[in-house]
Amino acid sequence: MKVAYWPGCVSRGFTPELHGSMAAVAPLLDIELIELDRGNCCGAGVIAEHNQELADTLNARTFALAQQSDGGMMMNICSTCQGSMSECQGRLDASAEYRQVINDNLSGEDLRYEAGLTNKNLAWLLVEDLGLDELRARVKRPLTNLKVGPFYGCYIVRPTDRLGIDSDHPRDAYLGQIIAALGGTVIDYAGSHKCCGFPLITMNKTASLKQAGRHLGDATDADADCLVTPCPLCHLNLDLQQPLASREVGRELQMPVLHLPQLLGLALGLGPKELGMGRHVVKPTSVIDWSEAVVAEAAAA
Amino acid sequence: MPEFTLKLRRYLPESGEAAYWENFTVDLAGHRSVLEGILTARDSQDGSIGIRCSCRAAICGSCGVRINGKPGLACNTHLEEALSRSDDGTIAVEPMGNMPVIKDLIVDMDAVHWKKMARVTPWLLPDGPPPDREYVVSHVSMVDITQSMACIQCGACVSDCLSMEVDPLFIGPAALAKAYRFVGDPRDGQHYERLKDLSEDPHGIYDCTHCFNCIEACPKGVAPMSQIMRLRRIACSDFDIDDRNNGHRHELAFVSNVRKNGLLHEADLLPDSYGGKFHPRAVPELLDSLPVITRAVLRRKVTPTKALLHPHRKEFKGLRDLVDRVENKEERLELNLYISGVDEDPAEALEQEPTK
Repeated sequence: MKVAYWPGCVSRGFTPELHGSMAAVAPLLDIELIELDRGNCCGAGVIAEHNQELADTLNARTFALAQQSDGGMMMNICSTCQGSMSECQGRLDASAEYRQVINDNLSGEDLRYEAGLTNKNLAWLLVEDLGLDELRARVKRPLTNLKVGPFYGCYIVRPTDRLGIDSDHPRDAYLGQIIAALGGTVIDYAGSHKCCGFPLITMNKTASLKQAGRHLGDATDADADCLVTPCPLCHLNLDLQQPLASREVGRELQMPVLHLPQLLGLALGLGPKELGMGRHVVKPTSVIDWSEAVVAEAAAA
Repeated sequence: MPEFTLKLRRYLPESGEAAYWENFTVDLAGHRSVLEGILTARDSQDGSIGIRCSCRAAICGSCGVRINGKPGLACNTHLEEALSRSDDGTIAVEPMGNMPVIKDLIVDMDAVHWKKMARVTPWLLPDGPPPDREYVVSHVSMVDITQSMACIQCGACVSDCLSMEVDPLFIGPAALAKAYRFVGDPRDGQHYERLKDLSEDPHGIYDCTHCFNCIEACPKGVAPMSQIMRLRRIACSDFDIDDRNNGHRHELAFVSNVRKNGLLHEADLLPDSYGGKFHPRAVPELLDSLPVITRAVLRRKVTPTKALLHPHRKEFKGLRDLVDRVENKEERLELNLYISGVDEDPAEALEQEPTK
């Protein structure tokens, strides 16, 4: 499967392990990534709150580049990109008149967006296009006994109508389905669909860290070995800021947070090091121990 | 007649007992409402069940509850629809969140919702003496606020606000949507004062965590978060209000960062949101984050070179012109799909004007 691949900014910035692990797992899933290296930041909702036309223009630019590429559908690896882009695409696709205004803005670079782009997060593509049976068939090391808590990120679960979430497409349950297909145990805990707090970090740091700290604490209480998220911005608040979140909620937290491609990679036979797990602020000790035990068991057998 | 099992959350604070679940089975057609189910149980099985309701037609906003964990109006939710969203074959009904419970499904709206509503001065503050006769405004100028005027004060958005969950002082989605109803009203003469107040308040417009829960919760399509974003847009772009919460600076820093780099350069964004790396506001923040930064560098998550030097790639050469072109337009263009709707026929839509 060939896709026009939008990695987003943060996977090439503060979470380089996400970009690297996606590149490592793609061939194992027969996904050919045509990277949109001219694509620009989606605005993460912040540019839209400043100037909606600017956010729509910037995203239309990336959509136009995706349509120019020979990648077929567009795929992203960031919940925030998915949500921000879906919001802009909703407006662009709703009105031909408005789309024309935005396309006029793009004329300087000779780009044009035509309505109807398909843009899916990796999690959606895995369930809807690759298929869970196919994913299951490719698993080399089932995540047996690994207890994984899903953490979706707001932008990929709400608003449901904009994101095409309905009974036929329960996209707000896909992470759990993927964890189960990889052989892991899905941990149900209070924070799985809540906000990580990242958008507030510069405006109300206390509230932001309290959000992250509570979810990490809830996952700890539910006995999770690790969390997995399709959102690198959530990863920043849950992993990078975890020491500060721990201080804020007044409890010891040592919860590893994996990116979705890292979890896939583990089940597809890659090692924690190849998946960049050494780059996390909270060392994923429980995951590394699990991986070493599985490898040792296989070698002994 | 089908049978539905309602699992109601029971609680009487003055009893000193903890809250508990109690099941009631009712025989009603599936198209009847959850409210009718609760009232049937109250009338025929237990007269002490506490539920607030009035119009039974999704107008008065009295019967806000959580049904199977999701907020909504009990009168506006069919039993069969509620059952289809259940995991265990029962319809779980509990009181709304973020507000204290008075009894069973009744929450104290005065203590939270109405108090916050009063905080935003929810009445018109015109400039000068009122006209001799009615205010005359164009239809078009009022269309923009129809979405926020659709609010029925049910509190569903307050119930599920994730900012309020960690910061109970947050003014919240319902009251801020109401604030937009006046900031967007051409008859109001205090737009700047209202926005200055709500920008400077640490629990004001910049305390929204952008989680979309209120948009999902609202039974009337008010989209409170979108109204909060409108307040931010007007405060920042029209009035240039420099607030103490870094809201305005964060927005400008973000736009300028993307204009310059194409992709977001996070190492600059944080200090720029505080006014720049060497600004007195930024120093304590950066010092506080020093242990985290050190750990990130040690783990090779961030390299000092990458953090300090961001390559200016030629792919983004045209981006500055593009951003400037849109930013420098005289009129800001906004498309509100609540008002404009969606094209049925793209060819026909070309003849229509976009909403400004």
